Amino acid sequence: MAINRDYAGRTFAASEPYEVSRVKIAEFAAAIGDPNPVYRDTAAAQAAGYPDVIAPPTFAIVISMSAAGTAMADPGLGLNYAMVVHGEQRFDYARPLVAGDVVTARPTITEIRDAGRNVMLTTSTEIRTTAGELVCTATATLVERAG
Amino acid sequence: MSEQVRYDSVAIGAELPPVSYPVTRLSLVKYCGAAGDFNVIHWNERIARSVGLPDVIAHGMFTMAQAGRFVTDWAGPAATVTEFGVRFSAMVVVPDDDIGAVIDVSGQVADKLEGNRVAIALTARSGDTKVLTRARAVVRLP
Repeated sequence: MAINRDYAGRTFAASEPYEVSRVKIAEFAAAIGDPNPVYRDTAAAQAAGYPDVIAPPTFAIVISMSAAGTAMADPGLGLNYAMVVHGEQRFDYARPLVAGDVVTARPTITEIRDAGRNVMLTTSTEIRTTAGELVCTATATLVERAG
Repeated sequence: MSEQVRYDSVAIGAELPPVSYPVTRLSLVKYCGAAGDFNVIHWNERIARSVGLPDVIAHGMFTMAQAGRFVTDWAGPAATVTEFGVRFSAMVVVPDDDIGAVIDVSGQVADKLEGNRVAIALTARSGDTKVLTRARAVVRLP
């Protein structure tokens, strides 16, 4: 099934609120092998000028990919997820994610275009606190391989 | 972790000391759980091969995370990353042995920007293959 080009420009509903926790940040930091104390130790994070432990930069993917994944699974879009690879990823940060943040992620499909026999689909996902503060915009380009 | 880097002490063109980061099957299993990305090509060799891959491959985001760690370790704890982008140009193949694969990251100060920000151009290789291209981070320094 071909990808439905009418989905370009579509913004999806914001995800359910996600609470950034110290435990999840520490788990993520351990999984990427990063021993930096600002991801684990509140005192170290405060000494560096943050209100509490912060998340590593790529932690935002945990929140953005979950929300964008819901959009990508929209049956009307017609994306064959088994053939999808991650082409590009970009984050623009207003500030680091901090333990205790409660955020939602709202994905928009910004572009659908052909690249040879493949199709490139770009999503831009805004991560905002439930109070409306923009923390990070995650832009992902996925490639649906022709096979 | 390194010392705090200050904006005034940074020169355009300066090289960041290269670092090699190991990645094993255990790394990928841990990353699957922590990131919530359980795509089978990151842990199941049988299925990875059946879809035409040479073996299990690392998550692109695992590689990007190593490049991020490279930048934040260099910049120091009071630096904040304001932009970070990469293109995933090749796969990091992770064999089922005790060694796994290695991601070699290097970088260079590409530009000094307003607001105490510094742009870092990054290179990541696994073996002879460039696994990230157009990799760039911007950090705000004290």
